[in-house]
Amino acid sequence: MKFAETLKTKKFIITAELFPPKGINVQSLLDKAKLLRGKIDGFNVTDNQRAVMRLGSLAICRLLLDQGCEPIMQMTCRDRNRIALQSDLLSANTLGVENILILSGDHPSQGDHKEAKPVYDLDPVQLLKTARALETGVDLAGKKLDGSPQFCLGAVVNPMADPLDLQLAMVEKKIEAGAQFFQTQPIFDFKLLETFVARTRDLPAKILIGVFLLKSAQVAIFMKEKLGINISPHYIDRLSRAASPVDEGINIAAELISQLKPHVDGVHIMALGLEEHISEILDKVK
Amino acid sequence: MIITKQKDIQKILGQLKGKDRVFVVGCAACATKCATGGEEQVRILAEELAKNQKKVTGTIVLDTPCDMRIVKKELLHNEKAGLAESLVLLSCGAGVQSIAQVCPERDLVPALDTLFLGSIERLGNFNQYCSLCGDCIIDETAGLCPVTRCAKALVNGPCGGAVNGKCEVNSGQDCVWILIYEKLQKNPTNIKKYRKIKSNASISKPQRIKTR
Ligand code: SF4
Ligand code: SF4
Repeated sequence: MKFAETLKTKKFIITAELFPPKGINVQSLLDKAKLLRGKIDGFNVTDNQRAVMRLGSLAICRLLLDQGCEPIMQMTCRDRNRIALQSDLLSANTLGVENILILSGDHPSQGDHKEAKPVYDLDPVQLLKTARALETGVDLAGKKLDGSPQFCLGAVVNPMADPLDLQLAMVEKKIEAGAQFFQTQPIFDFKLLETFVARTRDLPAKILIGVFLLKSAQVAIFMKEKLGINISPHYIDRLSRAASPVDEGINIAAELISQLKPHVDGVHIMALGLEEHISEILDKVK
Repeated sequence: MIITKQKDIQKILGQLKGKDRVFVVGCAACATKCATGGEEQVRILAEELAKNQKKVTGTIVLDTPCDMRIVKKELLHNEKAGLAESLVLLSCGAGVQSIAQVCPERDLVPALDTLFLGSIERLGNFNQYCSLCGDCIIDETAGLCPVTRCAKALVNGPCGGAVNGKCEVNSGQDCVWILIYEKLQKNPTNIKKYRKIKSNASISKPQRIKTR
């Protein structure tokens, strides 16, 4: 089903993140995707994630389409000016890619080409508006298009951001600019999410909560200490004691999804290289 | 004012290879305030050059090297400058280019790196608050500029990556959007301004060249 159609249903939505290889060997990624075909609603392909240069999102999205998977193309504001962004939006649509997730993108200084020029010519709100403008058949310069695209647009929100009011004002702005769905940073504690869920329940956009597959206690500690993500010591403990930390990570992710399921629109699963385990997570969800 | 820092002396000497007679030019405005191109720095650089076997034919601190009228009046026909093969310039890039335009025949060696338009907190402590975008929006952002002070120049609101109020790109820097929000909250009409989407019509203006 097209993702835009899925968004209209009452279904619990599941998307998963795939990140393109650094290089041109795409087979292992496509194999992982094949395992998930029919089990999830969208395959979300990152755009030079963490500012590390990789194969482009659009190429993978098109390959996914060819094998019957519904792709969501991530598009950051980091690397392209408004000419390239608009052109790539048209290119994506021409190749059949309609779902676009728009985000600011990690700063080049955090990636592997630290001296790269940060572009940020448009910000995410402006890029959302730009995509909507293209749909009406005009570009940012006000020039008429020969054939206009159709998009299903998404954006990101961080439910743990402080102050939350500022994040929520941003969510509203992004919806006004055209966002139909959101995905969030990874969440490890449903309790902390309650206020956010309550305050976003009535918004006219679906919110997919980020769920991360923790593959080891070290990763959990890194995320907690370096990225400021709230991970309960209880999970870290379970991971460090488990005979197979990956299996324990799968259990934790499945538990989180089971807890979230009655309360939220859907989840966005990030497995960071372990995508072959996503179906195991889904099998364990109650 | 324009913030500059002095280039490494070895770099300056490298640019002066094969030139024996030099004349040093300073700036009485920004570069003096920055302590990179005032009377004292001009004197020190001249001594340094002399130590390295350069003949310093003279020095001058121009009021504002970025003002071509002043360059014409004070430097173009300066006799001591005329004796030098190269002019060593302790001014920002605008000053260097004004001199280059007024004195097209001269060999120029910029001795400063030009960094940004800065606000002085105290001596040696400069903050970049404005990047001269040509379309000021800070009436809508509580007087704090996101174009410059947000690492991603986001004009509609934050990226969501701040940790403990610090920018996700640089933990030594406050997330300007949190500062903006805190200030806006004190005034509800300002919040309304924040909620209005800022369009992209004219935010990016990499150059503003006005000739007349
Ligand atoms: S918006 Fe920022 S960069 Fe632009 S003129 Fe105002 S202070 Fe300067
Ligand atoms: S943390 Fe704040 S200042 Fe830093 S990039 Fe994000 S919004 Fe901009």
